[in-house]
Amino acid sequence: MRHFGRRTKGFSIDLLYLPALILLAMFVVYPMLSGVQISFTNWNGYSAKYKYVGLANYVRMFQDKMFYTALKNTVIYGVGSTTLQTVIGVLYALLLQKKFHGQTLARVIIYLPAMIASLIMGYICYFLVQYNNGALNDVMKLFGAEPVDWMADGSRAVWIIVVINALQFVGKTMIVMIAGLQGIPELYHEAAEIDGASYVQRLWYITLPLLLPAITTSVVLNLIGGLKLFGIILATTSGGPGYSSHSLSTLINYLYFQNQNAGYSAAVGIFMFLFIMFISTFVRGYLERKAASLE
Amino acid sequence: MNRRKWIPWIKTAAAFLIMALHIAPFYILINMSLKSPQERTSRWLPPMEPFFDNYVNAVTVGNLFKAIGNTLFIVVCSVVIIVVTGAMAAYPLARKGTKKNKIILAFIVGVMMVPQLSVLVPLYKELVAMGGINHYWGVVIVSSTFNLPRAIYMYSNFIGTIPRELDEAAMIDGCSRLQVFFRIILPSLKAVTASVIIWTSVGIWNDYQFQLYFLQKPALKTITLAITTFFTDSRTDMGAAAAAAFIVVLPPVIMYIALQKYFVQGAMDSAVK
Repeated sequence: MRHFGRRTKGFSIDLLYLPALILLAMFVVYPMLSGVQISFTNWNGYSAKYKYVGLANYVRMFQDKMFYTALKNTVIYGVGSTTLQTVIGVLYALLLQKKFHGQTLARVIIYLPAMIASLIMGYICYFLVQYNNGALNDVMKLFGAEPVDWMADGSRAVWIIVVINALQFVGKTMIVMIAGLQGIPELYHEAAEIDGASYVQRLWYITLPLLLPAITTSVVLNLIGGLKLFGIILATTSGGPGYSSHSLSTLINYLYFQNQNAGYSAAVGIFMFLFIMFISTFVRGYLERKAASLE
Repeated sequence: MNRRKWIPWIKTAAAFLIMALHIAPFYILINMSLKSPQERTSRWLPPMEPFFDNYVNAVTVGNLFKAIGNTLFIVVCSVVIIVVTGAMAAYPLARKGTKKNKIILAFIVGVMMVPQLSVLVPLYKELVAMGGINHYWGVVIVSSTFNLPRAIYMYSNFIGTIPRELDEAAMIDGCSRLQVFFRIILPSLKAVTASVIIWTSVGIWNDYQFQLYFLQKPALKTITLAITTFFTDSRTDMGAAAAAAFIVVLPPVIMYIALQKYFVQGAMDSAVK
């Protein structure tokens, strides 16, 4: 054993992460760099020939109505879902924090949809929002209202997609918030209650500020999830009607596979990456500073 | 005091309303999967007579079992790659906190944020050049890579909780660092490996983005592609589409119900750093 130990001494354990780094270099870093290169070309996605066009794709991007719609929608998907998930997630956590009949079952059921691919979740929800025989329209009829073609209007479709996404993943936020709530010492609440603080006051001055680290994490995760939303859109509207519900993700997919515009698609990809990095770093920094200032 | 007695019941009522909201889409799905095309009642109503032909159609027309087999193959291969390379990579990153290693860990965590779609075009081009399109290995290696950072993160957090004294004692006894890894660290990684396997297998089971692009031959079809054909080619046979969707969501849902603790723990770990 001694002998073996000595023999391997020259071997640095840093070599153990080499396989992982090689994979990441080949399939994340390299594509990233080659994406930058492709974004400067007019490549159509299949032919061997292409020309360098400089910044033309980026110039085109900032003049493209379709891009601006997708960018605006991406922000709505990100910010809308995050807001809904945070508010509903905190409310669910407050409700389901302490033991009562049905508490465990409710936690299990609320988290369950997060197990399903968002593409399939989109298809399932399509049965609800469909114009003909859609489950939602049956409810409308029950109240004597006219059936609505829910996804026919682009801006309404965007918000419906936001709701589907938020409800699918609100369970994750809820679990994070429950973990955060469990970290708040009971003592604080008792002291405040003795001082005559109402439930709402305790919530506002004790619970929420102390929950801020948990809120920060889940806001950043939800924001990234919402900004790269793809599956639900593809399943319910495929970006339509027209291009009114495209996100940057579905636009990249559309430009590449339906429009043979690989160069432009790569440029949108680079933009999307930088955009998500920037927003999530900024939001994390802001929330962390806020949490620090409260301590 | 009387009011306090009612609060738990109000909570129970609220909890059941919330559950009803979250379960509704699945209730509709099951209803639809059991109704014959002739039965045109509201989707909220259960079928008058269960029509199992939808399931037969889903399996035969959609070739669903083949798709499930294909997906399982991809999941198993990817999970093996992720567990081996992930556990290996986490050990030096968690134990040897040199400046270089800290930068590498930060880089790996950063990769978790990279949206798959943002590198779609170059990744597709790269795989065409490597001959990986329409071969399982292409999807396996790319899915593994994109799910690897999370596994490394989970492993390195876990290794951080193993007392360093164990390593040191073993090294005094003459073990090299590599031997410490195989004799001390690896045996104690069983629990976290279970979490990694569960998380990544559900993740890759559901990962349609790469499969959608890299596997275009019908024979290689995975579950998400099988479902997509039901919904795009023939939006007419909604019953079979519903049945297919139900079959495909069942495995992760069963896994989740059977292994809840791991899932909840995993979700909490991702939050509390």
